[in-house]
Amino acid sequence: MSQPAGAATAAPVLAVNNVEVVYDDVILVLRGVSLEVPKGQIVALLGANGAGKSTTLKAISGLLRTEDGEVTRGSVEFEGETISNRPPEEIVRRGIFQVMEGRRIVEDMTVVENLRLGAFTRRDKEGIRADMEMVFEYFPRLRERSGGLAGYLSGGEQQMLAIGRALMARPKMLLLDEPSMGLSPLLVKEVFAIIGRINREQGLTMLLVEQNANFALRMCDYGYIMENGKIVLDGSREALMNNEDVKESYLGGGEERRSFKNLKSYKRRKRWL
Amino acid sequence: MNWELLGQLLVNGVIVGTLYGVVAMCFVLIYKSTQVVNFAQGEFLLIGAWVCWALLVKFGLPFWLGFLVTLAFMFAFGVLLQVVVLRPMIGEPIISVIMLTIGLSIFFQALLSWIFGEFVKPFPEVFSVDSVTILGLNVQPAYIMSLVISLAIMVGFFWFFKYSRMGLAMRATAFDQQVAQSLGISVKHVFALSWAISAMVSSLAGVVIGMVNGVSSALSFYGIKVFPAAIVGGLDSIVGGIAGGLIIGILENVAQFVDSQWLEWGNLYEIVPFYVLVAILMIKPYGLFGTRDIERV
Repeated sequence: MSQPAGAATAAPVLAVNNVEVVYDDVILVLRGVSLEVPKGQIVALLGANGAGKSTTLKAISGLLRTEDGEVTRGSVEFEGETISNRPPEEIVRRGIFQVMEGRRIVEDMTVVENLRLGAFTRRDKEGIRADMEMVFEYFPRLRERSGGLAGYLSGGEQQMLAIGRALMARPKMLLLDEPSMGLSPLLVKEVFAIIGRINREQGLTMLLVEQNANFALRMCDYGYIMENGKIVLDGSREALMNNEDVKESYLGGGEERRSFKNLKSYKRRKRWL
Repeated sequence: MNWELLGQLLVNGVIVGTLYGVVAMCFVLIYKSTQVVNFAQGEFLLIGAWVCWALLVKFGLPFWLGFLVTLAFMFAFGVLLQVVVLRPMIGEPIISVIMLTIGLSIFFQALLSWIFGEFVKPFPEVFSVDSVTILGLNVQPAYIMSLVISLAIMVGFFWFFKYSRMGLAMRATAFDQQVAQSLGISVKHVFALSWAISAMVSSLAGVVIGMVNGVSSALSFYGIKVFPAAIVGGLDSIVGGIAGGLIIGILENVAQFVDSQWLEWGNLYEIVPFYVLVAILMIKPYGLFGTRDIERV
């Protein structure tokens, strides 16, 4: 589709240039993905299951290496330096922190221990203490349960812990992978509200991967839509929310709803061709 | 019934048991953070004891200096072993890694008896051999020191894993390596560090036992005794390792008592730990402290 010109404001802090990702040396998952994330903004990356959203995040954070994946073409640039295929611990130190799908907190540790883990790359004790206080401000529920084992938290609290743990690293950029997964609609709203507040108050740059397009589109500054390992559409929040295709396939309720029957026959035709 | 003997044996049991506990803890440390079953754990004791012996006897270093140099050597040795031998095995089938550690065990045994010979060599006397009498029981000062050192190590482990930055990182790595990496933890460093700590602390136990019994390849049998201890404790629990060590140590001595008083079979104490291992695993398959996943309700 269009050139990834981004939101056309400041120079992007993160640029993914035509990245191709191969798993196990044979499986091509991303076929030339380009996107840009300007400083201080929330950029949403939307798409169906298996479109390559999580893979894109892992290509940025370096976690691809832990799954036998590799960026075989193109580059990922952060603050003007190429970081593709660098080890994840280096990328964390550079300031990119990925909150992985499914929360992935350390269940047999307490809430406070999980938060301290988030600050693994830091050594400034005073700053760590202050940031833990800040996390508790954002997520008062975590303070209430700070001494308890993280495994016994509810799903929403675990997601809050995962985000709080990320803040403890004092990252320059947050990669959020499906923060709404497995949460009740009410909790999704709460979590997204806090994410938005963190973005505004800390000026923290975010790249948000979501299946819940409704919420994600509403809070982002700019969005990309992925299908089959490619970016198929991108645009500002307004442009995407008013786009008929997006309405139709992601938001539901386009102008003229095509009947379910048509949709099915369309799919059937495609399958048999 | 000979109460005095029973008391004496129980005290021995606790002392030997804490040593088993320390070594089991080291074994568990490696298993937990790197998923390697280390059959060469006993050789860490042996290497440490021989190195310390050589430093004291051949190079004439004073005890404390030789002891510290041994610890430093074993730390470096652990790192080297992990980096050179075990790191290339990451991702290989578990059985290959097990065969590798068994191979290491045989290799080091052979190497050490080649260098130092087959015979038991006594340690230079560091502590007086005269027993002191506590509550009517005879205890060697070296044993008391062993108990103190073991307890200090356990407290140290507790502190390390509860409060230190690296300790937390090691626990996180044991829980989920990918998560650890996403937090900026270098799994390579954690692996090397766990082998280093394990080798260093095991060698400490080796030196302590060597001071009491003399150094010989028999020391590596402690590595075998440690399996029932670690498995009884649950294999992936450090506290379980300590408890398992104590249980095995005390059981051995009680078995010796029973044997000497009534049965007179000769070496009941050698097999009892394994019977108990089987019995405990039948009742609690995860061991006494083994992990069961947290289930949220």
